[in-house]
Amino acid sequence: MAGAKEIRTKIASIKSTQKITKAMEMVAASKMRRAQERRRAALPYAQKIRNVIGHLRLANPDYRHPYLTDRAVKNVGLIVMSTDRGLCGALNVNVFKQTLAEVRDWQEKGVESQLCVIGSKAQQFFRRTKLPIAGSVTHLGDRPHVSALIGTVKVMLDAYVEGRIDRLYVVHAEFVNTMSQKPVVRQLLPAEPVKSAELQDLWDYIYEPSAAELLEGFMTRYVEAQVYQGAVENVACEMAARMVAMKSATDNAGKLIEELQLIYNKARQAAITKEISEIVGGAAAV
Amino acid sequence: MASTINVDIVSAEGEIYSGVAAMVFVPAVQGELGIAPRHAPLLTTLKAGEVRVQTPDGVEHAFYVGGGALEIQPQRVTVLADTALRARDLDEAAALAAKQRAEEAIRDRSDEITLAEAQAELLRAVAQIKMLERIRKLRQ
Repeated sequence: MAGAKEIRTKIASIKSTQKITKAMEMVAASKMRRAQERRRAALPYAQKIRNVIGHLRLANPDYRHPYLTDRAVKNVGLIVMSTDRGLCGALNVNVFKQTLAEVRDWQEKGVESQLCVIGSKAQQFFRRTKLPIAGSVTHLGDRPHVSALIGTVKVMLDAYVEGRIDRLYVVHAEFVNTMSQKPVVRQLLPAEPVKSAELQDLWDYIYEPSAAELLEGFMTRYVEAQVYQGAVENVACEMAARMVAMKSATDNAGKLIEELQLIYNKARQAAITKEISEIVGGAAAV
Repeated sequence: MASTINVDIVSAEGEIYSGVAAMVFVPAVQGELGIAPRHAPLLTTLKAGEVRVQTPDGVEHAFYVGGGALEIQPQRVTVLADTALRARDLDEAAALAAKQRAEEAIRDRSDEITLAEAQAELLRAVAQIKMLERIRKLRQ
């Protein structure tokens, strides 16, 4: 019975791995539900404020906030969202690939990129590339909070105001459904105009109180909401991706155990047959 | 068609109200605003208070907002309410004091306020403290 013991220990070890992946799958599934709820809840606000800011772009005010004015692009800033932990399939890699593609596109046009990384996976990955990293934040947890994000994002906003970057993008995974998450690149600054049939051609808002004061508040809310939305979206994606990855790991472990069990049974049977034939052979000789 | 206006009230925690209205009242920083359909485009911030929505069939809905921002387009009003996360000005000390007062009143029955009243006040105070605790936890 050569190898029977080895096979047995192997089966036992795979079984314990399977237990772990199964538990992780269930944890991810329950966390996903909550993350999705948070994502859904944050969505209308982010969309509405994007619309409002988009309308602002189309207005014809006397005062123009720097966040709303296009200028020649010499440098771009990218905020890259990632997870803190691994074991979630190709989620992070897809986001990083998209980021690198974006960086390369700009490079061909002679534009340099600066990064702001969110999540330790992005930090690890982009440290190896030669790209300048302006800011980073990790360990946001499963419930990212605006105040934790805004500190780092402020670095990029300051860079924008001071003219070190001329455009700001955010790259994160977008939740399509449980099985698929795709990376998206969204322009944050300058805010993109939103076309709407309800708008007339030449108009401006009445600002109460003054435009400068008001826009500051609006723009802060806008950036906060967009980045927060990206972070919440990314957590929902992380949980979904992890759940799927862990489910397939559990399934694979099950298949492996089945195969090994078969090999083990065959080996055992072969040993028994061999023993019987030896006994029979011995008896015949006597 | 021209006598109604679309209203969206959203906060970072979710959509609060979406529908058509004949008239909307909001607590703007510079005083309450009444918004009729085809109002001129306007941007302003809101202070804590009540947003009231009058639907075309005369029903009035009221929502409490703890501040926020407002956009008016001729056909659409968007209220971006700040969430409980910004409810920094909720007076925790006052809530605690109220609780203490209520507890004292229960102990001292001879006081002019009746037991039922005191218990009701205690409940309110406890609810307020609980909400403050929840806000603090959320902020962490």
